[in-house]
Amino acid sequence: MTDITIGIGGAAGDGLDKTGDTLARTAARLGLYVYAYNSYQSVIRGGHIWLRIRLGQEKVESHGDHLSALIALNQDSIERHAPEVEPGGVVLFNADKLRANIPLRDRVITVPLPITELTRSFGRIQPVMQNTVALGALLFLLGLDFEIAAGVLTDTFAYKGKPVVEQNVGLARAGYDYARDRFVPLGCQWSFSRKRRPFITGNEAFSLGAVAGGCKFYSAYPMTPASSILHWMAAHAERCGVVVKQCEDELAVVNMAIGAGLAGVRALCGTSGGGFALMTEAIGQAGMIEAPVVIIEVQRGGPSTGIPTKTEQADLNQVFGASQGDFPRIIIAPTNAADCFHTAVEALNLAETYQLPVIIISDLLLSEHPETIEPETLTATVPIERGELVTEWSAENGRYKRYAFTPSGVSPRALPGTANTLYVAATDEHDEEGIVISDVFTNPAVRRKIAEKRMRKLDHALGDLPAPQLAGPLDADVTLIGWGSTQGVIREAGGQLAAAGIRANHLQVKYLFPFHAREVSELLGRSKRTICIEANATGQFARHLRAETGFGVHDRILKYDGEPFEPHYIKEQVLAILEGHLRSLEVTPAEAREIAYHYIRTHLNEELRPGRIEKADSDGGGESVWRIEIIHRDSGKKQGELCVGINTGATHIPAAGAS
Amino acid sequence: MATIVELPLETYAGPVEPDWCPGCGDFGVLKAVKMAAGKVGVAPKDLVIVSGIGCSSNLPGFIHAYGVHSLHGRAVAVASGIKLANTDLTVVITGGDGDGYGIGIGHFIHAMRRNLDLTYVVMNNQVYGLTTGQASPTTMKEMRTKSTPRGNVELPINPIALALVSGATYVARAFSGEPNHMAELIAGGIQHKGFALIDVFSPCVTYNKLNTYPWFKQRVYKLEDEPDYRPSDVQAALEKSFEWGDRIPLGLFYKDEQPTYEDSEPAFRLGPLVRHKLGVDEALFQSLVEELV
Repeated sequence: MTDITIGIGGAAGDGLDKTGDTLARTAARLGLYVYAYNSYQSVIRGGHIWLRIRLGQEKVESHGDHLSALIALNQDSIERHAPEVEPGGVVLFNADKLRANIPLRDRVITVPLPITELTRSFGRIQPVMQNTVALGALLFLLGLDFEIAAGVLTDTFAYKGKPVVEQNVGLARAGYDYARDRFVPLGCQWSFSRKRRPFITGNEAFSLGAVAGGCKFYSAYPMTPASSILHWMAAHAERCGVVVKQCEDELAVVNMAIGAGLAGVRALCGTSGGGFALMTEAIGQAGMIEAPVVIIEVQRGGPSTGIPTKTEQADLNQVFGASQGDFPRIIIAPTNAADCFHTAVEALNLAETYQLPVIIISDLLLSEHPETIEPETLTATVPIERGELVTEWSAENGRYKRYAFTPSGVSPRALPGTANTLYVAATDEHDEEGIVISDVFTNPAVRRKIAEKRMRKLDHALGDLPAPQLAGPLDADVTLIGWGSTQGVIREAGGQLAAAGIRANHLQVKYLFPFHAREVSELLGRSKRTICIEANATGQFARHLRAETGFGVHDRILKYDGEPFEPHYIKEQVLAILEGHLRSLEVTPAEAREIAYHYIRTHLNEELRPGRIEKADSDGGGESVWRIEIIHRDSGKKQGELCVGINTGATHIPAAGAS
Repeated sequence: MATIVELPLETYAGPVEPDWCPGCGDFGVLKAVKMAAGKVGVAPKDLVIVSGIGCSSNLPGFIHAYGVHSLHGRAVAVASGIKLANTDLTVVITGGDGDGYGIGIGHFIHAMRRNLDLTYVVMNNQVYGLTTGQASPTTMKEMRTKSTPRGNVELPINPIALALVSGATYVARAFSGEPNHMAELIAGGIQHKGFALIDVFSPCVTYNKLNTYPWFKQRVYKLEDEPDYRPSDVQAALEKSFEWGDRIPLGLFYKDEQPTYEDSEPAFRLGPLVRHKLGVDEALFQSLVEELV
């Protein structure tokens, strides 16, 4: 095996982040590729957390489909995830507290760790330190080098002092030795290059790109999943010479950034959908006064407050439509963590070159999941293009025109503090000099020409942006279309389709606005069948594509349950479409089980869990149902039943005696 | 400290004439802002006037300086960004009561507690003028306007008291009928290190038939004429801020020297941001990357 996925399940507060991080960094330092995703349901103590870490000899671009190993930190995690562990895999848990009391697949090894016994010599330990023992055992089973892991633990806990470091390394060692003495490794065939690759999230990559690209001002209001940009920038502000301002609201955030941008400083701000909604009026202001500003919109599940810790791509309509009136904007959707670095640099350059708002649209998956990237990607030597700046102006040149009508639409920019170039940047419509024409000097002809000047910038900007390319065979059976963060998972699904005998090619769009309508029309015009894949309920990109090109995709694969796409999901959906099946919205058995868990948590008690599930005819609700046994967690005894409507998902307790 | 070379009023003559109604209080404010700029000797190229939206917010168009005529309620935020980007600039915010005490009140309060070195001149006419006469946040109770035909039922904001409790370090009130006095107060605000509020009674001759020039002239008096008043005592200032009726105080309510936001910003050790070298050097960058390995 050279491609495996480890799951760590537990409750928020169980400290599984650090465990996962140590495992991931160990693999990364050994030269393996790593991709991790935390399907956290809650940031508040107690909610279920499900972290998956995929390790590969070759580049891995999603958290994948498989589960090779599980570290379960509570009983819930054993029940929910142990059955997913694939043959030949392993389940590790604290034998003092938990039991593997449910059927597992063939050849799945259980490793019940006697935590109390293994940790006795360490005196009183924190409950989270049992994770370190499990990690040590897993290192052995996965064939990962213990000394590298010890190095990671040393770096991680160095700030807590030598005793803490020694305790953690010792606990990991105890787990490692325990596994070595009793179990055989899983049979991973690694070849360690020991090339140390950075393990980085999209938000960290944005931040690094920003400081390398000359960002000097970052403003934000805390909002998941954009807050980690604020945290990185605040932690590194002093060293990087950046002013980081947490503001009273997103109105202040974006208006401050626009003020800083107008005054000549590269300014960036970050938020999620709700905060972006508050920023919209000011984005039009930046377009109107031609102030450079970059806004990162990290999408989370909407609408409204929505699902703040889940991913979605449903804010596209919002970024296209933000603010009243016509004005130029550039919208970029980076496709992976490495691309986030380049996109931050590029956005700062475009904002100043074209003097307009640039919106980077990311999502929770891209911004928060860490992955290994090639170290060469990250460099301080990046292009910094500031556009046309007027640094000196002689009064003999006549009056400076801030909004001069030029062929490109770009008017050379002077910064406050420059002599002889004084002007007013007005959100009212204005003439070439900035004199307001909304009132006393109202003038339709001047209005038309300045409106055209502003929009002309986009024609030139489009030429600067690379057109999307079609990857894969030109004569493919099907063209998969995606945008932003889905690049890796669609690529992987394409590989799985090829293995299933379906030739797919792939168009991933990064530059959403202005749009390469001509190039995309040509590419898609040759496609036999097109499927647009996006994480929203209404196919927002498919609609954009149609608006820009007139091209309507044949089919759409949409996902809006908050969890990211997995390659097998895309593959199966594509196969179903090609076989002519209509998209089913029925509740699957796995979903019925999750709905039952929800019911138990909200109405019953933690002693219970869902048991056997079977399909049953309508029992009065007008639809077929999944009939789910509610059983006692320890004894397995049936305590009741729950029905879940197959079409609507409605839950009810069946009447007593009904079959 | 550098010697101040005062500049004449014409230095700041704007490109176009104001479009305010004849008799509008804002003419007095425009003149006082120019006089104040001249008194402190700030060159037009180093002066940025930032406004929001409203009759009074048209002011940047009528003065020779850099200007931003921003969005309704957002002037303070835009000005904060400009000041943080280039601390060498003198940034003066001008706007109305609807702009600053209504839609923009959040930024107003937070800018004061930050003590950014900004000067905020609010042309308070106690009515929405540009939108033709609705009640504003400072409209007096029971006053009839287009939006309150049966009389305003809400209490007016008390900007002076609000500024005092929000941490403003220079709090003053002026009257358009006394531009020289106003100019002194604005100049004092510009010279003050920290956030300065100058609330100005700037009568709307078209839509406010209650708070007129004569109404104010009968009532206003100057705190500096009070022999016992000391603007260093915040409690005394608060007490004065609630005086409203037959006698209404003008002048400097409160002044305190406190560290500004800019004083505590480490990035400014290398000078104004706008003059920093862009990007980070390779050694620093590699140390940032190493944290991720």
